[in-house]
Amino acid sequence: MIRVDGSGKSNALIQVRGLDKTYRRGGEEIQVLQRLNLDVDKGDFVGFMGPSGSGKTTLLNLLGGLDVPTHGSITVASDEITNMSSNKLTQWRARHVGFIFQMYNLIPVLTAFQNVELPLLLTKLSKSERRKHVETALSVVGLAERMNHYPRQLSGGQEQRVAIARAIVADPTFLLCDEPTGDLDRKSADEIMELIHRLVKEYGKTVLMVTHDPVVAKRADLTLHLEKGLLVESGQLGVTAGGVA
Amino acid sequence: MTIPIVYNIRSVAARWTSTIVAVAGIAGTVGVFIAMLSLARGFRATLVSSGSADNALITRAGATSEMTSGVAIDSVKIIQDAPGIARGPAGPLVTSEAVLMAPIPLLSTGTDANVELRGVSPNVLAIRSNIKIKEGRMFQPGLSEVIVGKNASVTYSGLTVGNTIALGSGRWQVVGIFDAGGSAFDSEVWGDAHLLNGAYKRPDTLSQSVTVHLASPAALQQLKDSLTSDPRLNVDVTREIDYYSKQSTRMTTLITTLGGFVAAIMAIGAVFGALNTMYSAVAERGREIATMRALGFGAAAVIISFSIEALLISFVGGGIGCLAVLPLNGLTTSTMNFQTFSNLAFAFKITPELLVKGIVFALTMGLIGGLLPAIRAARLPVATALREL
Repeated sequence: MIRVDGSGKSNALIQVRGLDKTYRRGGEEIQVLQRLNLDVDKGDFVGFMGPSGSGKTTLLNLLGGLDVPTHGSITVASDEITNMSSNKLTQWRARHVGFIFQMYNLIPVLTAFQNVELPLLLTKLSKSERRKHVETALSVVGLAERMNHYPRQLSGGQEQRVAIARAIVADPTFLLCDEPTGDLDRKSADEIMELIHRLVKEYGKTVLMVTHDPVVAKRADLTLHLEKGLLVESGQLGVTAGGVA
Repeated sequence: MTIPIVYNIRSVAARWTSTIVAVAGIAGTVGVFIAMLSLARGFRATLVSSGSADNALITRAGATSEMTSGVAIDSVKIIQDAPGIARGPAGPLVTSEAVLMAPIPLLSTGTDANVELRGVSPNVLAIRSNIKIKEGRMFQPGLSEVIVGKNASVTYSGLTVGNTIALGSGRWQVVGIFDAGGSAFDSEVWGDAHLLNGAYKRPDTLSQSVTVHLASPAALQQLKDSLTSDPRLNVDVTREIDYYSKQSTRMTTLITTLGGFVAAIMAIGAVFGALNTMYSAVAERGREIATMRALGFGAAAVIISFSIEALLISFVGGGIGCLAVLPLNGLTTSTMNFQTFSNLAFAFKITPELLVKGIVFALTMGLIGGLLPAIRAARLPVATALREL
């Protein structure tokens, strides 16, 4: 169940409590997120929408351990990440977060296989085990036969599928998608969303996704709107006062 | 686990145009570095190889070179009877020598250069057994004949077998060319010491040095003890190889210092080249670096990765620098020997050890040039860099 009122059960996979994020630009303080609460269970697929500058990406960065909040806490699978050192946070990201970016962010000089293998280099898996995992991940996204291609030899949709394979290959606790279809045409965007949806439904992945596209947002179990630093519910699955089932 | 090295290799290859500046800078610096050291090494090797561990050089006590030495004929006779000296069928293997200078035109420019004339005893080839007559024959004692070192014969005008040259007050026929194995003797002209002294109006009762062939290398101490404790003598006894090694010090220090200074100036430029290349690599690949950081690679992994990349570039530069100077190996050049003020021919000597030093020098430049950009890469704000175009 996804809740934004801070009343979620204590064993939710992701718990956000009283999250504030303030930036200082020149002499001015800009509050991007204000006292934000969020509970996400395992297997939930939540979308975030909102106008530019509303704090969507900031929230995603905080959830992914790429940025630290001004106040408040984020707990993932019982680990509070807001108190972690930079080094710990780096290790935590490797283990728990799968990132999917708008611009795919594949390493251009590495093949699809090598790109997908990157997160596994941080594990203790042997070379043959890594190969097996990479092949499986590329099979899931339907690109097993293109594993030796470089990003420049792939279409945008294919590149994003490789990026998804990279995000899931180490079996992270949750996936963070920042505008995953923002750079794709409608057909490719639909294919990517179908794939992400399949990851949630068939593989039980937990997905948090930022998007500008209402069509894409509809694929989420619940879409939350960020406005002036506050989270507002507007889910399509019968949102109740405090959450959605 | 570190970022795979294939990432760095392919990144360098993909950005070869901006990498080439750093590679060229490092290659040039390493080339100069090795060339200078090989020059110093060649000079030293030439002089050192002139000496033999089996020979001892006897000079006036306190003299810093043969040029400032003088050993009277009475002393030479005492020396000949000293213990520790090898003896041949004709007596003790001793050569009392005179060192003189003669201006002879260079073949290359036609201008005069000082050639070292060495007046020697007729048995000199038995004492310096590594020296062989390669063309013609040995001079005959009592005749105005000279033999010429192989480098001198190709450097100076008229020093060919059969030719006659003017030396001092007389004319001398070149009767042979000798090979001294690339040592300083190859740049000299040898003749009968008595006649050469006469031609230059020098007293025949005074030699500048005496070289003796030891009964064994270990006999040096016995000879030294005998000669230095003899109240009739006032001489220093040095193993010949040590004498020539010491003679080379001033010039090798000069070449090494000058070469080191030039290489250091160039190294500063090369380090800036590497810095520039690596900073632009970091700037161009901000999103890639941020992606790796987001995936879980730590700051240390990024620093190591970019340092490896800088080392890779400098290794290629160093390798090219080494290859570029290899053709210099064995190339003969000449310079003034400040100990004798004569022209000395010697060859660049590029050894495997020098090449290793060149590569280490290149890697040092790469590491210095790569470290700051690598630290900058590790400190990139991940969240911001992830969204760079």
